[in-house]
Order: sequence, then structure tokens, then C-alpha cells
Amino acid sequence: MSAPAAVPVEVLEIALTVNGERVTRSVPVRLNLADFLRNELQLTGTHVGCEHGVCGACTVRVDGEIARGCLMFAVQADGCRVDTIEGLSDSREIEELQSAFVLTNALQCGFCTPGVLMAAQALLRDEPSPSRERIREYLSGNYCRCTGYQAIVDAVEAVGKARASRRGSGGK
Amino acid sequence: MSDFDDIARGLNFDGPNSYIGRSVTRPNARRLAQGRGQFVDDVMLARTAHVAYARSPHAHARIAAIDKTKASAMPGVIRIATGAEIALVCKPYVGVLTHLAGMRSPPQHPLAVDVARWQGEPVVAVVANTRAEAEDAAEAVDIEYEELPAALDAERALDPDAVVIHREFGSNLCFQRTVDTGGVEAAMAAAHVVVEDTLVFARHTGVTNEPRSILADYNRADETLTVYHSGQSPHMMQGIIASRLSLDEHRVRIVCRDVGGSFGIKIHTYGDEIAACALSLMLGRPVKFVADRLESFLADIHARDHRVRAKLGLDRDGNILALEIDDLTGIGPYSMFPRSSGVECNQVLNITGGPYKHKEYRAKGTVVFQNKNLMCQYRAVGHPIATAVAEHMVDQGAAALGIDPAEMRKRNLIPDDAYPYKSPSGMRFEALSHHQCLAKLLGIMDYEGLRREQAALRKQGVHRGIGLASFIEVTTPSPMFYGVGGARISATDGCTIKLDANGAVVAATGVTEQGQGTETIVAQIAATAVGVEMSCVKVMTGDTDKTPYGGGTWASRAAGIGGEAVLQAGLALKRNILEAGAVILKQRVEDLDIVDGKVVKKGSEQGMTLAELARICYYRGNELPVDFQPELVVTRHYRVKDYPFVFTNGIQGCSLEVDVDTGFVRLLKVWCVDDCGRVINPKLVDEQVRGGIVQGIGGALYEHCLYDDRGQLQNATMADYLVPMAAEMPDIVTAHVQTPTRTSVLGAKGAGEAGTGGAPAVVMNAVNDALRPLGAKVTSQPITPEAVLRALGKVR
Repeated sequence: MSAPAAVPVEVLEIALTVNGERVTRSVPVRLNLADFLRNELQLTGTHVGCEHGVCGACTVRVDGEIARGCLMFAVQADGCRVDTIEGLSDSREIEELQSAFVLTNALQCGFCTPGVLMAAQALLRDEPSPSRERIREYLSGNYCRCTGYQAIVDAVEAVGKARASRRGSGGK
Repeated sequence: MSDFDDIARGLNFDGPNSYIGRSVTRPNARRLAQGRGQFVDDVMLARTAHVAYARSPHAHARIAAIDKTKASAMPGVIRIATGAEIALVCKPYVGVLTHLAGMRSPPQHPLAVDVARWQGEPVVAVVANTRAEAEDAAEAVDIEYEELPAALDAERALDPDAVVIHREFGSNLCFQRTVDTGGVEAAMAAAHVVVEDTLVFARHTGVTNEPRSILADYNRADETLTVYHSGQSPHMMQGIIASRLSLDEHRVRIVCRDVGGSFGIKIHTYGDEIAACALSLMLGRPVKFVADRLESFLADIHARDHRVRAKLGLDRDGNILALEIDDLTGIGPYSMFPRSSGVECNQVLNITGGPYKHKEYRAKGTVVFQNKNLMCQYRAVGHPIATAVAEHMVDQGAAALGIDPAEMRKRNLIPDDAYPYKSPSGMRFEALSHHQCLAKLLGIMDYEGLRREQAALRKQGVHRGIGLASFIEVTTPSPMFYGVGGARISATDGCTIKLDANGAVVAATGVTEQGQGTETIVAQIAATAVGVEMSCVKVMTGDTDKTPYGGGTWASRAAGIGGEAVLQAGLALKRNILEAGAVILKQRVEDLDIVDGKVVKKGSEQGMTLAELARICYYRGNELPVDFQPELVVTRHYRVKDYPFVFTNGIQGCSLEVDVDTGFVRLLKVWCVDDCGRVINPKLVDEQVRGGIVQGIGGALYEHCLYDDRGQLQNATMADYLVPMAAEMPDIVTAHVQTPTRTSVLGAKGAGEAGTGGAPAVVMNAVNDALRPLGAKVTSQPITPEAVLRALGKVR
């Protein structure tokens, strides 16, 4: 009798924190993080546009850094803290950005918007007052077919300036 | 003259309580910005099964055998269906319009039966518990293909030795049409200068960020099919799905909630979507299909793919005497149902040179079948081709005569006082404003200053280009667009508007929202018409069970047609409210008005709130006279009657820099002056123009569906197919001229396609303006760095 072939591991148990809540699930190892968030946790604000890391619609935050939900397996997020658009909305962390997006009409169909907001928040955290050119460059991993990008740049620039002026006046 | 007309004439769109012309924010944007939209893939129904497709790997192949044995045994598999099995449930469809004389296309099945005719055509459907399991099993379906020679090159599609895709037709000709005013030969012969060129516009595609998606839920108990669809035209889809699946139309409900971009892509009949509906019927449970990105590139309609030969004759002073074009376009193996793939070519013939006052015009259009993905209507249908051809030729003529491009347009654009005007192709223009737009554009872009700067930089070896492109745009179509050709696509739209028991206004309309701001302008118009705050208005769209019958949103029709229906419904509701108010307040109707949600005596601010009026009408009918019944729900419909289309016009300008060593084109700025009639929401119009321009820039500079010589799409990923991203795009300056249409009270025309229609022309003209002193020109799009270097003779 020959030795049994190695059985590939198909399902793994993972435990992670999503939008501040502890989550434990058994997931197929091939399940990507975006599909896990959407289908397992019903966090449908994370969108799937290209499934190969180009369009940016699935951008989420993993341990504080933005990442493509379609380029990570859910099992790679084991032990991580994952934040999605729902979490950042509920915590009001990006309320100012969201308001600016609504005001400048920086979204039309809204499909790319959660990913764009994730990226914009990361930019403004690292570079509080980016130039328009810098905003355009940073957001070049986020595809938007509707707006032509200008209103998005306007919104991010406005929030950057507003934050800078508050810092200038004593951080109020 | 009716009371209604009196009220309409009394409307003050510029008044303090009017929302018309105000850049209010979109109420639905907040939800989307929080990731709380509801796109089709976000809808999760119990027992949903998922379908994936085995697609043809060949451009043309006979399907010799299909063996499901191995795939059927795969985990999670529920059902595997071939094209022949789906055909038992679903009738084929034929994408021809009868008013495009002579057009032909064979019956098309949702999945290929016997022969596959493009790479990516769905062949076998696999339904499983999850999409991943369905994909696994689809790969395991054993399909034996016998590859056939393919007809790929449109130029050779009609050659005597060409592979004939549909043998019963005897050739690959789908449609041919000519327009001829009769005097082109003589005018060309008399011309001082005749310029000629051949322009090529590559295939590209829509790349909606949300892929095409459908969730079909057939309920065997009540024989209803509910379809959640990412689409633009729910009533059209209701008719198509019902008729193909032999269901009663009223038992089919189409729900279009949030749609993640559409641009004309999601308004056609796709086999993979119809098959999902058929499978739901077969299985009696919900079936979901969401295209992945590869499927999107292979099966979402492609667009453009034109080769146009053009000839322009001018007199000594630069007056255009005659224009002649010959357009050839390849549309894939079928004409798309139900709008047909002949409309773009037809549109090119109708509108090329439309801004200009020449009298002689001859145009020939030829539409051919080929073994590539289907081509059909995409944002600005035909306009990018028509505008780029005419504007390129006008610039060529100007250059030949040494006339500045701006001056050339001043001499040739139809005068602003010449309307109504009939173009040589027979198009009727109600009122356009080319010269006002040109003057405004030259001012906002500081044309003279740009020219001076260009000349100065040229001495330093910097090659700047300045482009202009005047355009017309077909918007707000009448039934002469599709209905006349036998397509069940409504040119009429309705609005049902009601006063709720709490005084809120609810408006349901047949036009739909894909991010343009349709729901916002509906709320603006309803609030203005009734006399309430916009926050009191709730808008419903995208549900065939809940909205009046209508066409949906396409061809820039939502504001012009849907908006007018809302206005008329709102005014009718206002009159009914005032009649109830007159009875309750014991006043004369004509002495009352509604201001800020209150029925007031004209000139007074005190009055009865609509909530109070509704309370009395709904709950305290005992206080009303027995012979009076309030009607607080009304419906009104509207269609364009006076003209086949309500044309708009405008002009774009562009400044860019060409790196003559690398061939790269850097866009510096784009300007657009658009006249879409009365502007309901300037911000939303500006954003339509900006987004549209960037979409047009995509076609001009980057986007190309590259097929190899076996009909294999070479760049079907977003990493390989280039779309405009933020870093390469310029800021875009917009301005407006407003010439309200008199075909409606509202006066709004369409604005959704003006940007996309003009951008390829203005970019190409600017590139050629930069290259002209170097003796080079580009005539095909996309204008890649390689194309620029080739034009400069730096690469072969």
C-alpha cells in the first residue's frame, strides 16, 4: 500500500478584528480578503472591481496600512486588525472627507468611492497638505470612470487645507 | 390656453424658491460615500446559486462535443446547461431596427449553439453553490472545438474570398447607407483646396468599475421573476426578459438600485445575463451572475472601431464647400439586441460636420460582421468619430490655407441667428449657439495668450499644441430614435408624484440613476414645481413595479424628458393641492399659492402647511364638502414631439505638450463651453462634462482592445488595457451658454455625452497642432507614444 498523498489544507480557522469587532471564521484558504469581508461578514462597502489589484475599489486597511482586499487571502489577515469603509464611517474618522466628497460631487456612481476614501485618508495621514499633483499621483491606484478625478482632487485638497488651517490656528 | 399653461408660464425658475439652476448636493451621495450603496452583488437572497460560464477560447469554432461528466461531479455543482438546453427555455433575439433599411443580423442565442463566433462567447453555463465552485467546474467542462478560419479585419470583411460568418447572408455585410446632397463632385471640382485623410478609431470598451451584474429570482409559486440588474433601462429589460422567456411581462420585475457606472455598456442584451434568468426559471431559485474583469473585457460591448476616409473642399477664403466621408465599422458577429450595432455608423453619417454651414455632403457607411466581440452603443454613440473626423478636416483645411483654427471656425460655423436650421444630412436643429460658445471659449482659455506662449516655447524646443473642437450632440430623442425601428424602447417617460399624509412629496420616475444625479434633479424639479423644500421630496427610480413606464437613462435623456415629466406632474399636483386648499380655506384657487410647503394666500407668508392639508384630506374627509374628492396623486408623461432629437452644441479647447523624443503627450488643460439648454444643477452638469471628457481622452490616448491575428484579445486585464488615471488627467475648465429648448416647459437638453463626444477631436487637433511645424500628423487613435514617434519618423 502506497503512502497517502499529502492532502492540501483547504480550510483554516482565522481570528481577526474587523472594524473593532473580534471575528472568528473557518475560511477556504483561497478566499481573498475582499470576498471574505463581503460574503462572510456582509461588509459590502468594499467593492470588487478587477480582482487583480489595479482598480483600487477593494482598498481596505490592514493593521493601519491600506491594502488591496483582492490581493490578500483572508487567511493572511489572521490576527490582523482590518478596517473597512463601514468602520471608518461609523467611527466618523473620515466624516470630513466624506462631506467634502459630497460637497464637490467627487463621486458619481459611488462604486470606487470607498476605496478612494481609504486611499485619501491614508495620504492625508502621512502628508497632511498634499499638492494637487501629489494627490493625483497618490490616487493613481484608484480607478474612477465617472468623475474624471478633478472633483476628487478638489475634495482631498480642501480637506488637507482645512486640516492645515486648523493646525495653524492651534489645532482647533 | 389651459390653466396648466398659465401655471407653467407663471413659473419663475430664477426665483428665490426655485431649485432650478442651483448646485445643490446629491442626497444619495452620502449613502454611497459611506459604502452603503446597494449594488447587485450586494443583494444577497436565500438559496442563491451562482453561475459561471465556459467561454469560447476561439474566435470562430464549431462546437463538436460537450462532455459534462467530470464537471457535474465537482463540489457544489447544481446544474450544467449547454446553449441548446438554454435555447429550449429562451427564444433567440435579432438585433435589427427596421428604419435602418436593409440591416440584417441572424438570430442570436444566449449561449453559442453549434458554432462559437467570438473569443469569449459563452458556451456552457455552470451553476454551483458559490461562484468559485462554479468557476472550478466550468474549467472542467470538456468542450471539443474544431477551429474555423476567422473573419477579423473589417477592411477585408467584404472581400470575395473572405470567410463568411453567416453563410445564409452570402457576405459579412450588416448594414449600408449613403447620404448625398447631390452636388459634392461639382463643389470639390470648384474648390480652391481639397484636403483628404483617412482616420482610424480603435476598438475600446466601457470598463465600468462595477462589472455587469444580475440576480434573477424566479418564484414558482406565483410565477414571478424578480431581476436585480445593473442597468440603465429597467422597462426595456422587463420586456426583453419576459418575451425571451415566454413570461407575462407584468410578472417580471426589474430592480435597478445602485449602478456602478454604465455609460451605455449595461443597456444591451447579454447572453450571460439572459441565461442567468433562464437558469433561475429552470431551477426555481435565485441565480446570480457577476462578470469578472476578464469576462468584462471579452463580453461587455466594445465600441468605436471605425475607419473613415474624409475629404473636405474649401474656397480661397476658407469657406467649406463640401464634405465627403466613407465610414467602415466592424461590429463583431452579431448586431446587438435590441438597439442594433448600426446606430453608431448611422449617427456618424447624420452628424459629421453638423456644426458647419456647408451645403454639400456625401457620406457612405458600411457596417460589417467579424469574429470579434460585439460592438455597440457606448457613451456619445458616433459623436467621437463624427466630431474628430470633421474637426480634423477643418484643421487640415485651415492649415492648407494658412488660416488660424479659431478664425476658420468663425467663418464656417452655422450663424447663431440661422435657426431653425436643417443640416445637409437632414438633421433639424432647433436653436444652437456655436458662435457664442466659440467666443466664450476663446476668452476663458485665453487663446491669443496660449498662441503667444506656444510660439515662445517653440523657440526653446518645447512643442505645445492647442486644439479646438466644435460639436453638436444628439440628446433627448423622440420615438424616431428606436421606437420607429420596431424596438420596444420607450421614448416617453412618466412621473407619478404624490403628497403623502405627512406632507412629504414622493416622486417616482421611469428615468434612472447611474451616478449622473438623476434623482437629485428630479427632487429639484419636483420641489420647485410643487413649492416645497427639497428635503421634503423623496425620489424613487429603477423599479418596474413602482415607477411609471419609461425608457430609463441613455442618450442624455433623463433631464430633458424625465425632468419635463416631473415638472408637469409636479405642477398638476400643485393644482390639485391648491384646489383642496381652496375648499378647506374657503378661498379662490387663483388667489392661492404654495410657498415653502405652505398653502398661502398670494403675497402672504401665513398659511396652512401641506402636512395639515394632507391630514384633513386623508383623515378628516368628513370636514370636506360631499362633492369634493381631493386627488393628491397624479401622473404625467412626456415625449419630445416637435423634433426627432433635441440637439445641443458646444466647443472644447485643449492645451498639451508633446515630448518629441519619447512621444508622450502631456495634457495641460482642457476647456469646454457647453450649451445644454436650461441648466438644472450646474455642478452636476460640470461633472458630467468633466467625466465625459476624461472618458473621451481615454479613447484618444490610451484605450485599445488589441486583437491578434487569430482573434485573441491580447490585453484583457486592467493592467494591460490602459484607462485614464488621476495622475495623467488635467484640470478641466467648464462654462455654459444656455439656450433653453422650446420643446418643453423646463427647457433642459442633455449634457451626458458632450464631453466624450468632443474630447477625441480636441486632443487629436492639439497633438497635430504641436506636430504640424515638424511636418508630422497623427490620424489614428489611440494616439500612443509609438504613434507619435511613428508620425515623426523616429520609429518605423
